Amino acid sequence: MGRGRLSDAYTSGVYTPCTVLVMSIGHTLLGLLESGPRHGYDLKRTFDEKFGQDRPLHYGQVYSTMSRLLKNGLVEVDGVESEGGPERKRYAITDAGITDVSQWLAQPEKPEPYLQSTLYTKVVLALLTDRSAADLLDTQRSAHLRMMRILTDRKRQGDLADQLICDHALFHLEADLRWLELTAARLDQLAKVVAP
Amino acid sequence: MIPEGSLLAAHDLRKTYGSTPALDGASFSVHPGEVVAVMGPSGSGKSTLLHCLAGIITPDSGTITYAGRELSAMSDAERSALRRSDFGFVFQFGQLVPELTCVENVALPLRLNGVKRKAAERTAREWMERLEVDDLGSQRPGEVSGGQGQRVAVARALAASPKVIFADEPTGALDSLNGERVMELLTEAARSANVAVVLVTHEARVAAYSDRDVTVRDGRARDLEHAV
Repeated sequence: MGRGRLSDAYTSGVYTPCTVLVMSIGHTLLGLLESGPRHGYDLKRTFDEKFGQDRPLHYGQVYSTMSRLLKNGLVEVDGVESEGGPERKRYAITDAGITDVSQWLAQPEKPEPYLQSTLYTKVVLALLTDRSAADLLDTQRSAHLRMMRILTDRKRQGDLADQLICDHALFHLEADLRWLELTAARLDQLAKVVAP
Repeated sequence: MIPEGSLLAAHDLRKTYGSTPALDGASFSVHPGEVVAVMGPSGSGKSTLLHCLAGIITPDSGTITYAGRELSAMSDAERSALRRSDFGFVFQFGQLVPELTCVENVALPLRLNGVKRKAAERTAREWMERLEVDDLGSQRPGEVSGGQGQRVAVARALAASPKVIFADEPTGALDSLNGERVMELLTEAARSANVAVVLVTHEARVAAYSDRDVTVRDGRARDLEHAV
């Protein structure tokens, strides 16, 4: 396998599935609506630009997600325009939607490998919506350390196989933590880069 | 203000070096037998916090209470006596006395507290055995490895039966394997002797040996353990 192909395989096989987990698309779109009402197309374009570099959203995904959010009362239709073409709905976030985004951002992700991309999305959304990204990172840091403590304890009581298995998980969590610390140190810089 | 059952507690500490604030309203507490990791980026104030808690430096304002006594109300001599009798210290580089043998180093805090040489060295050897360095008794610090030296330093910190151990980056100069073994031995020995440990570290794998962690950022200490 050539160098280029190896890199492609890594990108599509490892990185892309992690970019934004399917479960967080709804929250991400909701977060994007906090700055003001938008059309589905506008939402897709902004999402792709900020989070979907390697995996742009399909229109179908946007509209099915918006239907779900509408049904759950998290968004409402703010207006319908046609301008000579097909009807286009403009969506606005509801108070329940804002609460939902707040809860999602405040809830730490379960510590596991390859979650940085979800965290990245959360950090960017926190910055875009004037929430404390530093608090979000601190809360996540604490959740990671709690998991590391559990693994360290298990390692202490286990045999060599347990120790090695726990070490593997510990090194991954440690790498996440380094990313969290580095990101915390670069928040001001990031805020300028992602500013709308 | 003082968390119930805490052995050592600080409230609203402020300390400025020139025009640079090192602590800006930091609070902290540790219970007997509890290991608390103090984390934070370089220059965040974590070492200043440790030095204030240990009575090595005096904060500009705020209170530090140890076993019901206010540290700022003590004279320098009383604070020094308290450090010798109740506190143990482990630093990044063992800071062992190079002219003394390892067993003499471990026995030193006991000797300074007036214990006779024979008894002090007997206790020192017991701690060295527990820290797996009992075969190094007659060697000098310059003749042992970094990991061994750090275990000798931990034995010295524990030898005088302190109530609190202050450990500032105790594994900073060690490789992972040696660092982990030192942490394992330090925390096991401290917990079984009901000694509180204030552990300053920037390494997550070291902090994972603690019961709780506190993050110092911009001179303020945050405890997120119960925030989620």
